[in-house]
Order: sequence, then C-alpha cells, then structure tokens
Amino acid sequence: MTKLETTLRSRVSAGERMLAPFVTAGYPNIAATAAILRAIDDLGLGCVEVGIPFSDPVADGPTIQASFTAALNAGLTVESVFAELGKLAGLVTPRIAMVSFTIAFRWGVQRFLQRAAAAGFAGVLFPDLPLGVEPEVGRLANDAGLANVMLVAPTSPPGRAREIAAASTGFVYYLSVAGITGERRELPADLPENVRQLKAAGGGKPVFVGFGIGRADQVAQVTAVADGAIVGSALVRRITQSIEAGQSADQIAGQVREYVAELSKGLPGKK
Amino acid sequence: MTQSTQRMSQVPDAQGRFGEGRYGGRYVPETLMAALELLGASYEAARADDRFQAELASMLRHYAGRPTPLYFARRLTEHYNGGRIYLKREDLAHTGSHKINNTLGQCLLAVRMGKKRVIAETGAGQHGVATATAAAVLGLSCRVYMGTEDVRRQQLNVFRMKMLGAEVVEVSAGSATLKDATNEAMRDWMASSADTHYVIGSVVGPDPFPRMVRDFQAIIGREAREQMIEQAGRRPDVVIACVGGGSNAAGIFYTFVDEPSVRLIGVEAGGRGMALGDNSASLTAGHPGVLHGALTYVLSTDDGQTAPAHSIAAGLDYPGTGPEHSYWKDAGRVEYVTRNDNHALTAFSRLCRMEGLIPALESAHAIACLDLVAPQTSKDQLIVVNLSGRGDKDCAEVMRLTK
Repeated sequence: MTKLETTLRSRVSAGERMLAPFVTAGYPNIAATAAILRAIDDLGLGCVEVGIPFSDPVADGPTIQASFTAALNAGLTVESVFAELGKLAGLVTPRIAMVSFTIAFRWGVQRFLQRAAAAGFAGVLFPDLPLGVEPEVGRLANDAGLANVMLVAPTSPPGRAREIAAASTGFVYYLSVAGITGERRELPADLPENVRQLKAAGGGKPVFVGFGIGRADQVAQVTAVADGAIVGSALVRRITQSIEAGQSADQIAGQVREYVAELSKGLPGKK
Repeated sequence: MTQSTQRMSQVPDAQGRFGEGRYGGRYVPETLMAALELLGASYEAARADDRFQAELASMLRHYAGRPTPLYFARRLTEHYNGGRIYLKREDLAHTGSHKINNTLGQCLLAVRMGKKRVIAETGAGQHGVATATAAAVLGLSCRVYMGTEDVRRQQLNVFRMKMLGAEVVEVSAGSATLKDATNEAMRDWMASSADTHYVIGSVVGPDPFPRMVRDFQAIIGREAREQMIEQAGRRPDVVIACVGGGSNAAGIFYTFVDEPSVRLIGVEAGGRGMALGDNSASLTAGHPGVLHGALTYVLSTDDGQTAPAHSIAAGLDYPGTGPEHSYWKDAGRVEYVTRNDNHALTAFSRLCRMEGLIPALESAHAIACLDLVAPQTSKDQLIVVNLSGRGDKDCAEVMRLTK
C-alpha cells in the first residue's frame, strides 16, 4: 500500500474528515505556489492537489483553464514545477500532481513518474486517463512509490465504479457532478447514496469528493458521508482576485490560508 | 499482395486502437466513458441495420446529391503534361463539401439514439454548416462552437449556420481556433450527454469517433473507385487528398488501403514554414501524443503542451490528426507531404482559371500536390484528387491576402 493511502486510512479510522485543496502550479508564479503550500501546511489537510498546467484541459472549467493559460504564458515548464516544489523541505501535507496524461506520455511515463516522486509528490492523478486505457500506469506509479488516484463519475455504471475503486490507490476521487470543474450552487441529491456505495465497494479506501464545492456548508454536506472534500475552482478564483488586487506572493498565500481555514469549519467536529 | 496489406482496413481493434502504435483509444475524463460506450454500441447496431443504412443512402442520394461526379480535368492535365487528372467533386455535395456525408450519418444516429440536441465544433465553418443543415432537416436543436479567430475569417459560414437555426458560440479561450472549439464542445458534452450527441467533424477524438466518421466518409472512395473503373476501365494509380483532421482523406483512401498498387498521398498544410507554430503538419513535423481523446501525431512542445498550429486554410489549422492516419503513416501505406500557404494560393488561382472551379483553400493544398506528383507520372496514368470543398467561403480571405 502506498504511503499516502496508509496515512489517509489511519486518519479516517481515527474518525477524521479532511479537506484537499487544489492549486494551480505556477499561478501567478511558482514562488507563489511554494508560498501557498507552506502557508496551508499546518491546517491538517488530507493532501494538496497541485495542478500542472496543460494547454488543453478538457475537464476543467473557465476558472482553472484561465489559470493554466496564464501560468503557461508566463513561461512555466513542468521541470520548473518539479525543481521548485522539490526544494520544499519539512512540509507534512502530501502533494498529488494532477496532470494531463499527454504531458506524462511526452516525457515518457516512467521518467515522468520517477521525476514526480523525486520532487516529493506522493501521488498522481491523470484526469484524462480512465480505467483500462493504459493498464500499466498503476503499476509504474506504484513502482515509483506514487499513488495513482483515479476518478469515479456519477455517470460510471455501478460495476465499473467498483472496478475503479479497486484500482485507485491513495484514495478514490468521486466527481460530484457530470461536467467540468467549477463552483455550483447546489450539490446533487444523489451524492450521499453514491458515496456510500463507493465506500462500501472500495473496501475501506478513503473516498474524497470534488467538483462544485466552494462553501463551508458544502464541505459539511460532503464530509457527512465522504472522507474528504476537494476544493479547486473556488480557491483558484480567490487567487485570481488576489492577483488582480496586486498582492504579493505572501499576501496571496495568506488569502488562500484564510479561505481554507474558513472551509475547514465545515468539517465535522470543527467550528 | 502481402497478408499485412490485405488487413490494413481491419482496424481499429476492440479498444479502438489502430496498429502497433496503439493510436486512438479513449483518453477522456471518466465522465464521458459511459457516453462513448453507449455511442459505440449504438453505432455498431446501426451499422448492421439495413434500414438505417437504407435511410442514410436515401438521404445522401436525394438530399445531399450523391453520387458526386468524378470529373476529368482536361486543361489541368494538359498544364502538367503528365498523368490524367480527375477531380472527385465533393464540392458539389450539399452545403459545399464532403462534411455532409458525416453529419447526415451522425444526426440520423442521434435520432435513432433518441437524442434531441446535437453539438459540434467547427474550424472553417464547413462542418458547422453541415451539422446545422442535418440538424435542421432531422428536427434536432443544434449548437456549434467556433473559435473567435475563425469566426472572423469565416463570416459567411457563421451567417449560414445562424440562418439554419443553429446557435453559434464563440470560443475565445486558448488560441481561439478549432482545437479550442473542440475542447469546448467536449466540455459541453460532459454535462449534456444524456440528451445530446456530439457530432465530431473529423476522424479524430476518442473511439468510436475515428472509425465512425471514416465509415460515413468512405462513400467518397467507393464512388471514386467505381467511377474510375467505369470511365477508364481500371483503378486509379494515385489518389491525393488534403489532411487536417483527415476526414476527406480517410474517406477517399479507405477503399484503397487494401490495394497496394494505388499510391495514396496525404497533403498537410505547410503554412508559412516548418518551425513549430508555423504549420499544421502534425504527421510530418509532430510526435505521438494525446489530443482530444486520442493517441495520434500531434504538434507539441518537448513538455507535451499542444503547440499552436497555422494554416491559411482554417479547416486544416489543427495541431493533431486522425489516429488512423498515424497508423497509415507508420505502416508506410500513405505518403504524407506538405504544401505551404503560397502553394495553396497558387493552386487555388490555377484551378479557378483553368477549370472554372473555385476550390476551398483546404482542397487547394491537394491540388498543389500535383506540382510534386503529376510530373512523375506518365500520360497513361490516372490521378484522382479529392476536391473536398468549394471555395466560396474563402473568397474574402483570398482577396485580402492577394491584393
């Protein structure tokens, strides 16, 4: 079992529910990303998803896509993400690289995974690589010491959802809605039931829910059934606001910390 | 004929993969997997259903105007003083290009699947117009995504789509061209697949699209082969077609891939040069990578980011290509060459003046390939060029570029 999964399982067994924020690497620059990761490290997060920008992110809504485009236009390279985040020492929050499979394929999948592991990542998540398309990737990730987090969608048939839950390592990422990333006013009514079935199917593997979550009451709603809540677009939107207000990297990191701390109030047992 | 060439057409496999390079596949968000599974099964059922095939054949004949002629271009042949040049007149198909073959097929399938709405991406606007047309005649609502840059270049087609009742959504993200319009259409489909079919316009995208679009376009090659035999008593020696996403080329090549005596040449857009960002020649200058759900040759940076593409022809201005073309390239079955913007403009003008035919700028790339091929042929050889579309849509752009 990967280190990420061992850690998350023990925290879930202890009754914990967790937040997992998403940040875009290199937005507005990689120093700001490092500052954000440092600023939120003591908040007891399940993990942080670090989105590696891609030119054609099909699963992402306008907020995250714009952040990807801005980072790439500023000259961000994948190697610079690994090099800079690899220097972060002493942080306790596991980092997951969310990255288009296209990029790993061009790098060479094995080389990419080894580089990610050397840069301190605990896992990878390929949003455009569904179960069965590249069956070797799970093993290659495991060989590199990385979890390979896989997505279950509300459109996944029950049998397939069970197979994905079994194949995913670290945790299972359940998409709350069919569609792209982005904040939603309401979460679907069938979410609790779907998460319950997935937890039963995954044999104790933690289930985190993402897409559409941006408020503490939604965090509460999700973590009433799931082990974790992932917050992406809502957080990136706040980074965008900070950038537009002309804030420094440390100020941006402070804003992110404040927002994540606010969301944490939605976790059971937190006020 | 070797055994391997006999089997060239027997692709893709059950996973939607073409050849040893495993081109194709389904590199998509999990959210789309159920929709692709359903589409694949529905298409297989329709393909085997005589009634569906008869309905499509009837629409193609009585509505779209098929078969399109195979025309002997006497003056063009005299100009090159080589083999006899024939033009497959897809420009005469309803809406002005081969695109209608595919959109009628997919929209009939959408109706069969009980969908009420179709969406499409478009570059030059030809596929958007063809989708809007098929949607109108079959009573489906239609939304077309089109890059802002293409909306500017192809105003006429934007008006045509709107007159046909389609909603045209401008896409300003990324490079604001075909690839970005495709991203946006896929995003729409992720949230809407329960009642919506996504009519992809070329032999690209996740399985089953590449094989389905190829099958719907393969009528071009079947007709051309039959017409050539009727007119000249034998198969052509050379078949030439332009390749962006590659649907008109796949359509005319597919019938011939198992007949190795027929030389097949795909013409990519060389744009303004062969540096990354200056052309759309993904098979000539690109690398295997993943774009829009398929593993295929892509123009990309060393870091795996999709590179911007360029071509004077909006319909070729795309940084990827169909996975079956990647397979044909690796297998050496099809030769892929490039012709640049200037070559295309010269060929455009030549065809106008010598044959009284205004070609689409996309098709002008295939005409321009005659500069390379015709002088190598003897007078008794037979050359077929796929004239994939007419150039009315390009007249304003050509006037702007040549004044």
